[in-house]
Amino acid sequence: MIREKVRVKSFKINDICVTGQSNQTILEVARDNNIEIPTMCYLEGLSCVGSCRMCIVEIKGSHEPTPACTAKIKEGMEVTTSSPQIEAARKMILSMMFSERSHVCSTCVANGDCELQSKSVELELEHSEVPYLNQRFEIDASHKNFVNDPNRCILCTRCIRVCDEIEGAHALDLAGRGLNMRIVHDMDEPWAASQSCTSCGKCVYVCPTGALYEKDISEEEVIKKRGIITELIKNRSQR
Amino acid sequence: MSMQTDDRYNTLEKSMKKLSYEKNALIEVLHSAQETFGYLGIDTLKYIAKRLKLPYSKVYGVATFYNYFRLKPKGRHNVVVCLGTACYIKGSDKILEKIEQRYGIKAGETTSDEALSILTARCFGSCSLAPVIVCDDVIKPKTTLESSTLEIEEMIK
Repeated sequence: MIREKVRVKSFKINDICVTGQSNQTILEVARDNNIEIPTMCYLEGLSCVGSCRMCIVEIKGSHEPTPACTAKIKEGMEVTTSSPQIEAARKMILSMMFSERSHVCSTCVANGDCELQSKSVELELEHSEVPYLNQRFEIDASHKNFVNDPNRCILCTRCIRVCDEIEGAHALDLAGRGLNMRIVHDMDEPWAASQSCTSCGKCVYVCPTGALYEKDISEEEVIKKRGIITELIKNRSQR
Repeated sequence: MSMQTDDRYNTLEKSMKKLSYEKNALIEVLHSAQETFGYLGIDTLKYIAKRLKLPYSKVYGVATFYNYFRLKPKGRHNVVVCLGTACYIKGSDKILEKIEQRYGIKAGETTSDEALSILTARCFGSCSLAPVIVCDDVIKPKTTLESSTLEIEEMIK
């Protein structure tokens, strides 16, 4: 396989000159330089899918906003991470996440430890800009330790990626399409009946909302160890 | 019938072999499986997943993503109601509603006795005959609420 040589490239983010390696994404270089770009589906260490569109940025010369987590850097590009249009687009994207299913914080086990909740505080979103659909799904509480509540899922696919890339089981995947899309185990079997699930709990730790949570614990006791996965990957690469 | 003696699994095996068990030929394999079995049962999907060394969830995800793939067997007879623009204006939505009520199933479903499946289509290119329903591949032109149910009764008799 012919490998592309890694080169150093310099470009601008918000009029600040930065440099990065040609295999890096805009988001990685921005984080290296302490420039904040809001993210949702991104989790350091996992592959990037650009599914949530929260990290959209403007690139000079391009007509549409580009997700920073999947866009590779280019020499001389001019990136803007925040503008009235971008802010409005992010609010709309977040609104759509809220409106699709039933995100009621007061009855959610992840209340206070939810990335969807904290992101709406960060972006100052007070209410959804689009009507609520409140799509209903059945809850899968068959597993002895964990619960899958698709009503709180935002389809970030972190659980799928961590199960495939880190645990190597690929017990989860997306099934269906559009509004009916949801996370399933194996062939849409109850979680307890899944043959490939190792019950490691990584999917529960990385879930940004209360869609996957531990059984028999109260809202106060919920700890989402999202950083644990990033640590795991770092430690593995050092071996 | 066990998998070893079922000829349909042999046919499926052959088509997978032809594609040299490539993981990225999954959609191709699903197509030929549906052609052979008429639908994609969970057992068939699991068999394909094992042979192509793919995770169950991935195969299920692909099979449910495309409208073309059916996970439930088709009825002995099927009726397709056209919901294209011309037919829709001429009231095919009401015809569909009536058929659904009459048999107690939604479009895309099959009656419990497996006698009838109701399907919908976007256009048959027979707009001059609107509203059109298709009973077992036979086009029934200019149907009404009454004639549509009569045609179906006739078909499944």
